[in-house]
Amino acid sequence: MTFRFDSFADFIAMSGHGPYIWACYTALLIALVAIVIRPMMKTRSVRLEIKQQQNIALRRAEQKKRT
Amino acid sequence: MAWQWFHRLGSPKWFYEKTTPWMPWLAFFSLLIIVGGSIVALGFAPTTVEQGNSYRIIYIHVPASIVAMAAYYVMALAGAVGLIWKMKLANVVMKVAAPIGAILTALALFTGAVWGKPTWGTYWVWDARLTSVLILFFLYLGVVALQGAFQDREMADKSSAILCLVGMVNIPIIYKSVDWWFTLHQPASLKFTSASTINSDLMVYLLLTMIAGFYLFFAWSLLAATRAEILARESKTQWVRALLHKPAEPTA
Repeated sequence: MTFRFDSFADFIAMSGHGPYIWACYTALLIALVAIVIRPMMKTRSVRLEIKQQQNIALRRAEQKKRT
Repeated sequence: MAWQWFHRLGSPKWFYEKTTPWMPWLAFFSLLIIVGGSIVALGFAPTTVEQGNSYRIIYIHVPASIVAMAAYYVMALAGAVGLIWKMKLANVVMKVAAPIGAILTALALFTGAVWGKPTWGTYWVWDARLTSVLILFFLYLGVVALQGAFQDREMADKSSAILCLVGMVNIPIIYKSVDWWFTLHQPASLKFTSASTINSDLMVYLLLTMIAGFYLFFAWSLLAATRAEILARESKTQWVRALLHKPAEPTA
């Protein structure tokens, strides 16, 4: 396996096909990131919701104690 | 009991706990293969005389297309299981497979269009292969839309499952479109029954490696999305609360 390009500029240019190839690999990156982030965001929002509900429950308990 | 696993699989909690140790391994290997494969594809893979460097797009385009269709099988199968046996987990899998499939199909369509420009001289033609994959994309979007359209969970799952099963007709059409109709799209590059049209061993192995990487990534993302959806649907239960939020210290 050898590196197929003479220079870094050559590698970027891809003999004129550079824009097409780099567009595709950028799209790959965007697609993967989108797929990875979605479940993380969802879990995060569920965690926040649970936290909020517990805070509300705590506050209510404290109020009850005071009265 | 032979059917015990089936009933257990219906339990979201059991599924969540069972899959936890798999997640870092799937993430690690899919990342390793896709990143490593991309580096080889961009800098080291040989090119064909006819297509030059634009051939490097094949290492994204083909795996994305294959896994986009595999995702449809998974989604339709999960939909059928959910419809027939009313299994909660199957409906979750069907729901979360749709956006993943949509993104992968969009990637396949985009890379195909961009590859088409230097190779065919056009981004898009309304030929059988391209159009049937576009329909696949709309089917995924249809499932996503149906899931969002109903207040009632059961109605949403039932109608999405039926759409999934009806849309199944499209899958063999996509496969066979390059043989049945005269299309601009080239026929399959990899063949199991006869010699592949790719002439370099490195190209074949690299393509197979990328396909494997995409499959692993799909497995990871499907599990991750299923687990996240389980947490969302079971957010009122004790085990999810204990898992996501450490209980506040009791005030003395």
